[in-house]
Amino acid sequence: MHLAYPAVLSALLFCTGLYGVLARRNAILVLMSVELMLNAVNLNLVAFDVWLSRAAEETLHSGQALTLFTIAIAAAEIGIGLAIVLAVHRNRGTSDIDKLRDTAEGHGPDDSGDSEGPGDPAAPHGPGTDTPATGTAAEKAEATA
Amino acid sequence: MTLATAAAHMTAAHTAAAHLAAAPTTGAPEPHGFLSPTGVEIAFLLVGLVTFGAAVVTVTTRQLVHAALWLVVALGGLAVEYLLLTAEFIAWVQVLIYVGAVVVLILFGLMLTRAPIGRSPDADSGNRWAALTVAVAAAAALVWVVADAFRTTWIDLDGPASGSTAVTGASLFQNWVLPFEALSVLLLAALVGAIVLSRRAQPDRSLTPTVSDAPRPAPSGAGPADTAGTGEKADNGPDQADSAERSEGANKANKASKDDKADKGDDR
Repeated sequence: MHLAYPAVLSALLFCTGLYGVLARRNAILVLMSVELMLNAVNLNLVAFDVWLSRAAEETLHSGQALTLFTIAIAAAEIGIGLAIVLAVHRNRGTSDIDKLRDTAEGHGPDDSGDSEGPGDPAAPHGPGTDTPATGTAAEKAEATA
Repeated sequence: MTLATAAAHMTAAHTAAAHLAAAPTTGAPEPHGFLSPTGVEIAFLLVGLVTFGAAVVTVTTRQLVHAALWLVVALGGLAVEYLLLTAEFIAWVQVLIYVGAVVVLILFGLMLTRAPIGRSPDADSGNRWAALTVAVAAAAALVWVVADAFRTTWIDLDGPASGSTAVTGASLFQNWVLPFEALSVLLLAALVGAIVLSRRAQPDRSLTPTVSDAPRPAPSGAGPADTAGTGEKADNGPDQADSAERSEGANKANKASKDDKADKGDDR
C-alpha cells in the first residue's frame, strides 16, 4: 500500500478535529474533536509502524505500543474532561465555553450564570480579600439562611 | 442510506482485497504504481472517504447527539483502517475503548449537561470562518508536505501480519513493560481524579454530622430525618462551646451545603 494514503487521511482527520476544536462552542463537542485529532495521530503511528517494521526491520514496534498508550491516555482524558465539564455545568449552569470567561482580562463580570451580580452593595464584602465567587456564595448562603 | 451503500461498497472491496492479497504472494514483486492501485488501497480509500465524511459531519452538525453518533462511524472506520494495515490488535482495542467506552461516556456527558435533543442553533461559535480558514490552510500544508515526502514509499503488507496479537503482546511486554505499568498508575490517578471531580461537595456534608453526633447518643426522632440544612443547624447548637475552629468549620460546611442547594434550585 502506498504510504501516502494513511498519511493523507491522517492529516485530513487532524485538520477536521482542529476545525472542531476552534469552531465548536459546546465543551463536549470540543472534546469529541480532540478525540478525532488523537485518532488521526494514532493512524499515523500505526501506518508508520507497519512501514518501518518491514522497511527498516524495526522489531521494537514502538508505533503500536505508543498507539496503545495514546488510546489509554485518551480514555483517561475523556473521563477527566467530562468530569470537569460536568462540574462546570453544575456550578455555572452552562457548558458553553464562550461564556466561561471569568479569568479573561478586560471583560466585566459575566452576566450569564448568576442572576445576582457580585456588585451588590448590600453584601458585606471582606476588605478586598474574597473574590467575587465567594462573595456570591456568601450572599446566597445568607439569603437562604 | 448513503452510509449503508458505502458500507456495502466497503465490504465488497474488502473481500476483493482479501482475494487479491491472498493470490499473488509468490513470484517476483511487481513494480508499484499510482495508476494501478491494489485492492487494499481501494478498500483503504473507500473506508477513508467514509471516515473523513463522518468526521466532517461530526464537527459540523448542529444536533449534538448526532455528532456523537457520527463519531462512532468515524472511529469504527478507523478501526477498519487498522485492520487493513494488518494491525489487528490495535483495531480491536479501538473498537473496545473508543466505540465502546468513550462514545458512551460522551453520550452520558451530553445527557447530564442537558444537551438539547433537537437542532441547537448555537453549536458553532462566531469565529467559525476563522477556524475554517485555519483548518483548510493547515490541511493544505500538511497534505502537500506529506504527499510530497512519501511519494515513493510503499508499505509492504505481504507476509505475516506485523500487528497481530502475538507480535504486539510480545513487544509490549518485552520492551514496553515500564511505560505500561506507569500507564496503569496513570489510569488509577485518572479514575480517582474523575471521582473526586464529579461528586458534589459531599465531604463537607458527610463530615459535619459525624463530628457533632459522635460525643452524645442520638436524639430520638428529631434531626436527621429532616433536610440536611435544618439538621445541621440543630446539631451545631450545643457544639459551639467545644472549639472555635470546629464551629467555624461547621458554619462553613453549612454555608457550602446551602450554597449547593441554592445552586440546585437555580438549575431547576
